[in-house]
Amino acid sequence: MTKTDRVAAIAGVAESDLGEVAPKTAMQLQAEAAVEALADAGLTTGDVDGLFSAGGDTFAPSMAVGEYLGIVPRFTDSTNVGGSSFVVHAGHARLAIAAGRCEVALITYGSTQRSQAARSLGRSGAMRGVAQFEGVWGLPAPVGAYALAATRHMHEYGTTPEQLAEVAVATRKWASLNEKAFMRDPIGIDDVLGSRWISEPLHLLDCCLVTDGGGAVVIVSRERARDLPRPPVWILGHGESHTHLGIASMPDLATTPAARSSADAFGMAGVTPADVDVTEVYDSFTITVLLTLEALGFCGRGESGAFVSGQRTAPGGDFPLNTNGGGLSYCHPGMYGIFTLIEATRQLRGECGARQVEGARVAVANGTGGVLSSAATVVLGRD
Amino acid sequence: MTDRAFPVPDAVTAPFWEGVAEGVLRIQRCASCGRHVFYPRAVCPHCGGTDLTWVESTGAGRVHSFTVVHRAPPDYRDEVPYVVALVELEEGVRLMTRLVDVEPSAVRVDMPVEVAIRGEPRLPCFRPRVGS
Repeated sequence: MTKTDRVAAIAGVAESDLGEVAPKTAMQLQAEAAVEALADAGLTTGDVDGLFSAGGDTFAPSMAVGEYLGIVPRFTDSTNVGGSSFVVHAGHARLAIAAGRCEVALITYGSTQRSQAARSLGRSGAMRGVAQFEGVWGLPAPVGAYALAATRHMHEYGTTPEQLAEVAVATRKWASLNEKAFMRDPIGIDDVLGSRWISEPLHLLDCCLVTDGGGAVVIVSRERARDLPRPPVWILGHGESHTHLGIASMPDLATTPAARSSADAFGMAGVTPADVDVTEVYDSFTITVLLTLEALGFCGRGESGAFVSGQRTAPGGDFPLNTNGGGLSYCHPGMYGIFTLIEATRQLRGECGARQVEGARVAVANGTGGVLSSAATVVLGRD
Repeated sequence: MTDRAFPVPDAVTAPFWEGVAEGVLRIQRCASCGRHVFYPRAVCPHCGGTDLTWVESTGAGRVHSFTVVHRAPPDYRDEVPYVVALVELEEGVRLMTRLVDVEPSAVRVDMPVEVAIRGEPRLPCFRPRVGS
């Protein structure tokens, strides 16, 4: 099925405490997740020679995590392209391992945005650089930018609020099967459409949660993968791209950079969207999911509204999507990308209990960053 | 109200904001490839050219997309609901703006609009185009 060399595999994954964790700090969350993910891989902090992190609440996060955990890496990467960063890191880890620059890569993330009430919809004061043109209009960040993309998609393709709501409803059904999910009570289409407007055409229930949380992913070389306690989850392909920073500069509001990142990822893996058994994508907003499904090639341009209709992406549907309950219902600490890797890995290992996609062999994880600005895709597979 | 967001002109963007203060919408045009550029830059994003000259825009365009804001950033909460839009000018560039002199429920994609400089600080808002 695949043409790629099996160079690197995800060997360990873990979430930190999720939800509301005060008085724990973002660093404590990612440190605890790191130790747990390493234990999941049968390793300890002393084995790590590649360190990857973004976000958190510090300058140069990979440096901060290294200091905190006592790790002196041979390879370091604090690339921050928004919430997709950790999927970027997974691709970079595979590249570094393939180049012989590290053998055990650790990716971490932690955030306490909920308990710190750190989320704001916009800034005050002096706007410099691009912000002098996009930060002076009262557009709530980031939801307003996604609303602009949604309005355009509705105009071009007739996409409806009901179709957007399908995503929120299906994702909540998955969350009801995940005991770690923050919001587990069932919702219906009418609940989404009846929730208050945030930025039209997006309602409250079209928007992701604001939670605390963190996670860690351990990626090891083929050699190190031989004696793992759990089945290796191979990185078969990866890709990354970005097209803009501010939404006014997005070349086409209907085409996310996942079109490019997924072309590289699928091409490298030698698989097509039809080969994918389970899909985990960044669902910052319901429109993010529709645009991403088109960019990944699961449906044609403009067809995503029809694609998700009839609860097709819900448990029991024929397109299992965001099986942990996603950023919409499971957790969203601000940069969700790492959780797409964690859930895709657990699905391919068959560890997901009530929400397990039976027989899953190929998974796709896709992160989105900024305001549909960056994307990173990995194609994962088990032996 | 706190220290509400205001633009800080820089070496490249100053002519734009000076134009706005004078009631004129200026955009850049690349002398190398002939394409218009917004936001203002020192380098043309289309061809890499560095000879960018200022031209006066017609100020006319169409709504490329829009959102009616209900949950606003702190400094804008007393203004909801209001309309933030992406407007595509006749010259082909797209910019973010606020739509004024129109009911939010009356705004449509592709609606013809024209520049209307408003507020303090002065900002290039847009309104429905007269006679359209």
